[in-house]
Amino acid sequence: MPQLDFANPLMIGQIVWLLIIFGALYYILSTYALPKVATVLEDRAARIAADLNLARAAKAEADTAMVALRDASAKARAESQGAIAAAAAKATAEAQARAEELNAKLSARIAESEAQIGRARDTAMGALREVASETTLGLLQKLTGRADDAAVGRAVDAALAARTGG
Amino acid sequence: MAAEGNAIDALSQFALTPVLGPVGRAIGFSQSNLHMVIVAGLIIALLTYGMRARAVIPGRLQATAEMLYEFVRNLVVGQVGEEGKRFFPFVFTLFTFVLFGNMFGLLPYAFTFTSHIAVTFALAAIVFVLITVVGLAIHGKHWFSYFFPEGAPIVLAPLIIPIEIISYLSRPVSLSVRLFANMVAGHVMLKVFATFVVMLGSAGALGIAGSTAPLAINIALVGFEVLVAFLQAYVFAILTSIYLHDAVHLH
Repeated sequence: MPQLDFANPLMIGQIVWLLIIFGALYYILSTYALPKVATVLEDRAARIAADLNLARAAKAEADTAMVALRDASAKARAESQGAIAAAAAKATAEAQARAEELNAKLSARIAESEAQIGRARDTAMGALREVASETTLGLLQKLTGRADDAAVGRAVDAALAARTGG
Repeated sequence: MAAEGNAIDALSQFALTPVLGPVGRAIGFSQSNLHMVIVAGLIIALLTYGMRARAVIPGRLQATAEMLYEFVRNLVVGQVGEEGKRFFPFVFTLFTFVLFGNMFGLLPYAFTFTSHIAVTFALAAIVFVLITVVGLAIHGKHWFSYFFPEGAPIVLAPLIIPIEIISYLSRPVSLSVRLFANMVAGHVMLKVFATFVVMLGSAGALGIAGSTAPLAINIALVGFEVLVAFLQAYVFAILTSIYLHDAVHLH
């Protein structure tokens, strides 16, 4: 096995050169190559962190804008609802006033009509008494030749009272 | 192994030969060392050429370099903790050196320097010296309490302390032999089955048909060896991290 041929002078040379090459490789990697990789990785991590912070800030801004929008829309809705309620109340009040006015007018006219009817009735009633008294007096004159004005008047009044009372 | 009339020669691939002519011979510079230089160059090239754009959105090569970096960093920090960050360059060097050495050694005509017990033992010895020095530097004399766990009955001390010392001393051995044996076994298998393909293929039409079987096995073996190459580098790095954890935290 050539690996166990330690008498070979190349074997000791191999180890000496291994130590030299390995040491040189370690020196170059640790002083030049690896720090370069480290800075690139750190730069990237820093950049990603910065971008993340930016995105987080933008999200916070968007959130506040969203809240403001929601508040504004809620306020506008409340305002418009108030306006609608006020308008409806005004309209109702107006309608009520008009209805009351109309009612008053109508009841006035009804009262007037009732008074007219009452008057007409009273005149009619007054005329009826007169007609009844004259008719009774005329009949009594023709039948008996005499007529007692007062007695006839009483009788007619009694009869009328009975009619209207009944 | 060199049976059947020296037809199967699975071990000569591990022999060291000097490169660079008489200069290499004079300074003991073998093809193994040449491959170490190539591997170190590849690692440095990946990290410097791959990261030259320093792009926020990495390209393929930069993503590879960054993945390698973060893989090893997570491994070290996960095992040793935050204070393990200062060992990261060492573990990174160790991991990439072994990983690229294993992978590069799988290419045809390439030499696998991790198949030499001397190389893997030297790497394991560096780890062993490091963990011992780190442990002593951090904990001073208290570090020796590592060999006698707290709360163990004092009666068992004559038993526990030698066991702990032996287990501590066997760390570089197991670390190096594991990597060395895996690499040697894989390359010997590849060589043996490749030799079967050639031997059967030269034995007429029937032999060519028969040689497809070892060829298929070799194709599967190459995939398996890629897995082993990564796994052994990973095991080497994670065991180093575990040992560093013990050195920093004492159990």
